[in-house]
Amino acid sequence: MPGDTVSVIRPRTYEEAASAVRDCAARGAVARGGPGRAYGDAARNSGGTVLDMTGLDRVHVVDADEGIVLCGSGVLLHRLAELMLPLGWFVPVAPATGRATVGGAIGADVHGGNHPVSGSFSHHVLSLELLTADGEVRTVKPGTELFAATAGGMGLTGVILTATIRLLPVETAYLTVDTERAADLDDLMARLTDGDHRRYGCARIDLTARGADTGRAVLTRADHTPLDALRTGTRAWRHPLSCRPRRRPPALALLSGGLPGSLLGRTSAGLLGGLRYRTAPRARSGELRPLSADFPALAAPQGTRRTGCVRYRFAVGHGQEETLHRIVRRLAAYRCGSFHAVLQPLGDTDAGWLSFPLPGWTLALDIPAALPGLAGFLDGLDEEVAAAGGRVCLAEDSRLRPGLLTTMYPRAADFRTLRARLDPRGVFVSDLARRLDL
Amino acid sequence: MKDAFGLPQSLLVLGGTSEIALATARRLIARRTRTVWLAGRPSPALEQAAESLRALGADARTVTFDALDPESHETVLGKVFAEGDIDLVLLAFGVLGDQAQDERDPVRAVQVAQTNYTGAVSAGLVAAGALQTQGHGSLVVLSSAAGERARRADFIYGSSKAGLDAFTQGLGDALHGTGAHVMVVRPGYTRAEGPLTTTPEAVATAIELGLRRRSEVVWVPGALRLVMAALRHTPRALFRRLPL
Repeated sequence: MPGDTVSVIRPRTYEEAASAVRDCAARGAVARGGPGRAYGDAARNSGGTVLDMTGLDRVHVVDADEGIVLCGSGVLLHRLAELMLPLGWFVPVAPATGRATVGGAIGADVHGGNHPVSGSFSHHVLSLELLTADGEVRTVKPGTELFAATAGGMGLTGVILTATIRLLPVETAYLTVDTERAADLDDLMARLTDGDHRRYGCARIDLTARGADTGRAVLTRADHTPLDALRTGTRAWRHPLSCRPRRRPPALALLSGGLPGSLLGRTSAGLLGGLRYRTAPRARSGELRPLSADFPALAAPQGTRRTGCVRYRFAVGHGQEETLHRIVRRLAAYRCGSFHAVLQPLGDTDAGWLSFPLPGWTLALDIPAALPGLAGFLDGLDEEVAAAGGRVCLAEDSRLRPGLLTTMYPRAADFRTLRARLDPRGVFVSDLARRLDL
Repeated sequence: MKDAFGLPQSLLVLGGTSEIALATARRLIARRTRTVWLAGRPSPALEQAAESLRALGADARTVTFDALDPESHETVLGKVFAEGDIDLVLLAFGVLGDQAQDERDPVRAVQVAQTNYTGAVSAGLVAAGALQTQGHGSLVVLSSAAGERARRADFIYGSSKAGLDAFTQGLGDALHGTGAHVMVVRPGYTRAEGPLTTTPEAVATAIELGLRRRSEVVWVPGALRLVMAALRHTPRALFRRLPL
């Protein structure tokens, strides 16, 4: 929100971070990756202190043989990818926003289009250093309670200072992308689960379609291109691992992220989805795309929050496809124009107590906030999701009703207990924590 | 904490028996609001109002508050804010007075002004300070269309509301950029039927919409904005003769 009275501190050293935490006033502190990057209000702290961690952006140790990196938590994921690609390594999980930091990716336990294959981000963390409320720096390893609370813990257990991450080996800096159109939601889900083992998969749903076409979508699947798949003699073949950031055409960049939602209503937002569907190829396979720094093939717009829009992301488990159907039908009937309606399959549940992914499906929406009755409509969807054993993503949430939290996240009680023990004075707090009483 | 639509989870009503305030509270409880503080002079009506909100599922509490005792405002409201963040402060107290009698009895006229204006100045400043420390929250002040231009029929009440309105606008500018938000609501007459009158429920609806849009001024009904703009610029010689 513009004009929040927060004092933003950008520590350059671990000592500065520690003294900022020690000195923060009664309204506490929370760490964030950078200004305006988060979708929800997990990185806001009205009236209090916010630590901007992008000052701690050093890569300390690189093991190029094993693909292991020890770096500060403020390193941006796309920087890490640029740095490691020439050595044949890529970030293990690329969220829809390429501008997340390592610390933010762990705190929100982000997932990407490769969740069924790779799991979420914390799955690839070997160890991390956490500055807790008592001023101590603890080394946290996977398998411990503190790790489970910190992965997906929205920065409420402490400030992540460094992380050791295992990266993903790649042979080239290219993706082999297949695009196809799915005629309706059943067709789409069948295609996404047809025993296909490609690494990335996601679908953009056209919510203007109603009736028999409800849930029609453009389905994109991709895999890292192996070296021998590159045509000999081409530029790609000569420099298989060179990483060049690709600029989007300005018009496209504007439509996909830059245009404020308040300027557009449901008609224009819906038309954009319809246009995307109609202009997509019916079926195209084997397209070679550079794995440029902002992962264009991995779905989604450039990820800062779109002003005037509300982000809604939920997941429902396998066996709850009927709920998903019902929700998509309701969205279509509500004529909910969404700039971004992306369906992804999810794999196994991750270790984090407040981690979002569960085995099933996730749908993300960006809806103009000014639509009449939207608040009540989304509350209705929450009820339906909770009744189906699903959940809403906390990292992208700015409107969940507090009563539903424990239904959606059964380990929330453990999280509260651990926080009460670890941080009795409530030093770490955010607007999300205040609203949901985390 | 408010959600993305500006709907509050905790509400403080100054003037806890006001019909408009209770209609707003009922509406907000149906959405998100869980905690409601009703501030007012202790009376069975205040307890009854709290009871009716509890029946809707809210945690409603009453607190003693007297608009005519500005010295106590800091202590009384300070206690409420110490219990936890307040997302919305609804300043809803005020008296209509009786124009004919008040004209004959200046002391009674002064009491109208003290309740509607002086009391609101101190309570509004205390609430604004607390919201600024919190870094979030809205202060909604119930002004009146009568404050837009003094009419023969109710200029004592109208002038007090005019002062309140100007004070609130200035306060809104003072709080701009602090995360706190101030909204003036100017309802038409709620105790009669006819064109340009309104109901407490309609005002509540308008307040909810205003919170979502983060509006600074809300007229209820909306058409009043145009009508009052026209009346405001009507020459006095003519205005005096209008049957208003």
